[in-house]
Amino acid sequence: MKAGSNLEKVLEKGLFAVTGELGPPEGNDVSVVKRKADLLRGYVDAVNVTDNQTAIVRMSSLAASALVVQMGLEPIMHMVTRDRNRIAIQSDIFGATALGIKNMLCMSGVHHTFGNQVDAKNVHDLDSIQLIDCVRTLRDQGTLLGGDEKIEGKVDLLIGAVMNPFADPFEFQAVRLAKKIRAGADFIQTYPIYDMERFKEWMKMVRDRGLDKKVYILVTLCPLGSEEMIHCMEKDFPRTAVPDEIVNRIVKSENSAIEGVKLCVDQIREIREIEGIHGIHLINMGWTEITRQIIEMGGLFPRPKI
Amino acid sequence: MLDFDPKIIAFCCDQSGYPAADTAGTLKLKLPKNVEIVRVPCAGCIETIYLLKALEKGADGVLVFACYEENCQFLRGNLRAKGRLSYAHRMLEKIGLEKERIEICHLATNSGAKLVETLRRKSEQLKKMGPNPGKL
Amino acid sequence: MIKAEQKPIDEILKYLNPYNKILLSGCGACVTVCHAGGEKEVELLASGLRMARQKIGKKIEVLEITPARQCEPEFALEMSETIEKVEAVLSISCGVGVQTLVRHFQKIPIFPGVNTSFLGETITHGVWEERCQACGNCVLEKTGGICPISRCAKQLLNGPCGGSSKGKCEIKKEADCAWQLIYDRLKTLNQLYRMEEIIPAKRWGVESRDSGLRRIIREDLKV
Repeated sequence: MKAGSNLEKVLEKGLFAVTGELGPPEGNDVSVVKRKADLLRGYVDAVNVTDNQTAIVRMSSLAASALVVQMGLEPIMHMVTRDRNRIAIQSDIFGATALGIKNMLCMSGVHHTFGNQVDAKNVHDLDSIQLIDCVRTLRDQGTLLGGDEKIEGKVDLLIGAVMNPFADPFEFQAVRLAKKIRAGADFIQTYPIYDMERFKEWMKMVRDRGLDKKVYILVTLCPLGSEEMIHCMEKDFPRTAVPDEIVNRIVKSENSAIEGVKLCVDQIREIREIEGIHGIHLINMGWTEITRQIIEMGGLFPRPKI
Repeated sequence: MLDFDPKIIAFCCDQSGYPAADTAGTLKLKLPKNVEIVRVPCAGCIETIYLLKALEKGADGVLVFACYEENCQFLRGNLRAKGRLSYAHRMLEKIGLEKERIEICHLATNSGAKLVETLRRKSEQLKKMGPNPGKL
Repeated sequence: MIKAEQKPIDEILKYLNPYNKILLSGCGACVTVCHAGGEKEVELLASGLRMARQKIGKKIEVLEITPARQCEPEFALEMSETIEKVEAVLSISCGVGVQTLVRHFQKIPIFPGVNTSFLGETITHGVWEERCQACGNCVLEKTGGICPISRCAKQLLNGPCGGSSKGKCEIKKEADCAWQLIYDRLKTLNQLYRMEEIIPAKRWGVESRDSGLRRIIREDLKV
């Protein structure tokens, strides 16, 4: 076991994992964290706690994750390289693991000019692959990145990374996944998937390289309950292609919310039949309430207790 | 509105403006007072600094007579002139002078009447605007 | 070369407000190439400044000079005599030129007339684009000659981010994704294996811009 987290145990046992998402408040209102944690408790194996997502300033993932631990739920702390240098990153990892956080998702982060502090200085001291390597170094070698001295304590983290199967160049995406695995990624979560055919092509490239045997792959899904959500999706995840058939299906239905949920559940069913997938990651763009229903309808409730 | 004869420098290109001025003479059309014609081989020879210096050194207005856009014998001379006028206009706007003081007019060799009419119109316009406050 | 853009003239006029006789100094090198501070631009700006001040009834005398390069002592010192005759200098060279003059003429105010923007390439006449950020340890050998530090908005060293699409950067549709360019280039050169190599974190604090004021000294050249 690398971290002994609940998520790791579920994945190790070959059970189909389910993770959810919790966006911290744009401030310090703890009740926001509590409300979302209450909605997800018992329905997910672990919950992603985002890190200033889309460069909008929110309560730090570290602090919110620590609160989530206190609230009886297991967090996956996010860390972007956009806002902190390696000193702050490693310092935050010491703090996070001291506060009981056992999973971490590494990414570069959407460019800060998308957010609400566009005048900020960009950091990007490390990129996502160097960050994965940094966490792995802390955990497996017990030293800082490029350092010799042993750290005081032990960092046990399950290391996650993000992959966008629809990013360009398409042919490179499997190579990029291989690089992240070599750097130390234990699991990955994809960008939200809607174009199943293209996704299956990517999975074939991944399987051909044997990568599904080296890393746990969780597919991100998100219900689209309205036209507005579709626009938000395309804005928050700049390269997610929502195919026209899906847009039409949602927009032209009698009840977009119900149709969006149905579509999501259908997707879960389809994903479970693809070889090499180890779980799903359910995001909600603020529609946290719907997560329980989707997990139930998708036949994924109750969650295993290990 | 002051009663004065605006000083206008008219750059006339050899392929259009200058022959047009000749035609105007043949037709006995009178140019407004205080117009000075400066002959150039092509509008593309007019450096931006000539436009500004003309105003600096006492002109109230500057006109550039050039060939129609597709007709420049030297291919893009008139387009270069257009770009330079655009720079001069931006400069004038930023320093608080009216950009109408510098203008480009496209015409052909036989457009004597058009040349004179344009100069008259510019002279009237400049009378209303008043003398160039930037001239040293 | 260094690329720059002239400051707005009203900003320049504010700097020059207390002065009635100035030297406007251009530079025959980088800022000439990007049409921000060469001899022509000196003439144009001088004319504009004179007319602007004439208009408000506060005449200004503007002397003009354009040394071959404003960032070298020999050329800077050539201006000594002229500088003695003026109250201030407006330099439309890059920031380096301004500071070279400051080092040699300590008793006179020297003002910047351009914003120094980036190190770049001339794409075509009138279009310049950033190409280098002087990071101190060039990685171009690993990336087919295309710089991910200056051309990737996140300075990524190990491939594109998830926001790269159809060859364009997520933040600027006009900007090419540097890693798409690198990928295409390495593919053309049959060197795609380079994309599989993990490039380690850059040593910003030791060999790059976060190491403090940088210097290069060549003892063999110091005669």
